[in-house]
Amino acid sequence: MLTQDFTNATATSATEPSLLFPFVLQLADTSLILAHRLSEWCGHGPILEQDLAMANIALDLLGEARSYYQYAAELEGKGRTEDDLAYLRSAVEYRNPLLVEQPNGDFAHTVVRQFLFDNYHYHLLKGLKDGPDTHLAGIAEKSFKEAAYHLKWSSEWIIRLGDGTAESRQRLDKAIAALWRFAGELTTPTPAETALQDIGVVPDYAALLPAMQTYAAQVLAEATVPEPTAVFAQQGGKTGRHSEHLGYLLSELQYMQRTYPGMTW
Amino acid sequence: MVATAAPTEARIWQLLEEVSDPEVPVLSILDLGIVRGVAVDGEQITVTITPTYSGCPAMNTIATDIRLRLLAEGYTNLTIKNQLSPAWTTDWMSQAGREKLEAYGIAPPVDGTATGHMLNLFGKDTAVRCPICKSEHTHLVSQFGSTACKAHYQCDECLEPFDYFKCHA
Repeated sequence: MLTQDFTNATATSATEPSLLFPFVLQLADTSLILAHRLSEWCGHGPILEQDLAMANIALDLLGEARSYYQYAAELEGKGRTEDDLAYLRSAVEYRNPLLVEQPNGDFAHTVVRQFLFDNYHYHLLKGLKDGPDTHLAGIAEKSFKEAAYHLKWSSEWIIRLGDGTAESRQRLDKAIAALWRFAGELTTPTPAETALQDIGVVPDYAALLPAMQTYAAQVLAEATVPEPTAVFAQQGGKTGRHSEHLGYLLSELQYMQRTYPGMTW
Repeated sequence: MVATAAPTEARIWQLLEEVSDPEVPVLSILDLGIVRGVAVDGEQITVTITPTYSGCPAMNTIATDIRLRLLAEGYTNLTIKNQLSPAWTTDWMSQAGREKLEAYGIAPPVDGTATGHMLNLFGKDTAVRCPICKSEHTHLVSQFGSTACKAHYQCDECLEPFDYFKCHA
């Protein structure tokens, strides 16, 4: 655990903390798990520039995750810290959607996973940054600028791979077939999300979808890739029903705290 | 420890000018625009800072450096606050800071070119002047460079690769 030499300025929240806590935790878990997956590429990227790009995106997401965890810990008010939430919860307690825990696979798999996430993340943050909860809006405002760079990166790679060589196209097609089914969960609200949407704290996902779909269709058209239709939405992660992959990921992510409890550096 | 007179806001700002960015040591944290406020209440000093990027690993080092600089003057009652909103923008970087950056070999942000926002895929790259030979004949290698706040460019005249401090508006 990293000791921190500053405190966070507090913002106001009119929302019932117990209602907001599970949602903020879900956002935190989502960014942390994807950051960890991307960090697994560090030193293994196809070329140096893209290795750096993935590490940069991972770092942005990790920073975002920390802001959410700090806020979640404050909302919960039970004395748990950001580190307790990240390092001392088991897989079934994690609330990230299934998409972000999927293994890196080849570069095409990582790009498709990132594109599906970025398209959702960008549009979600765009709505959250103007929301009534000023603390959440502050985090979203910061991360929105970064998410735009991420979406540009993953969109351009979808186009390069789709409209590239026979090899890159075949790999992209496989990745789309494997991962598109995980997109639906991102915009399917859980009861906790619905409750927050009803009071206007979280943007209505149904209202975000048209912009997301239009954008994805444009990128796929540019990539000369047919748009997947009627894809079954594989769900579970947001309610704690995860794929086997998450346990392995957490065993690595949490290794130091589990082995040396309370260790700091 | 030196015995010191009661702190004043002006004195604190002066001391903060001497704290440099750990990643780009030619810049002070004031040049970078990350100090958002100084408040003095008797002996109690509060400095508010904001991160350039969410995951900026330098924030903790910066906070510690501020603490050490003020401690050296005998100011011990210090609270450092991290504030996310309003989000940092390169507009807050001082003119002096921009000149120091270029002299150091990093191209300063070109205002009004936050390309990430426009999502112009494969759009025209921002015309960035090479900090070494000053040619505008350069190209973007990668939006993501050696740190979160920089992009990677190469000059087509002198062929030198260089960092560009991304515009973040």
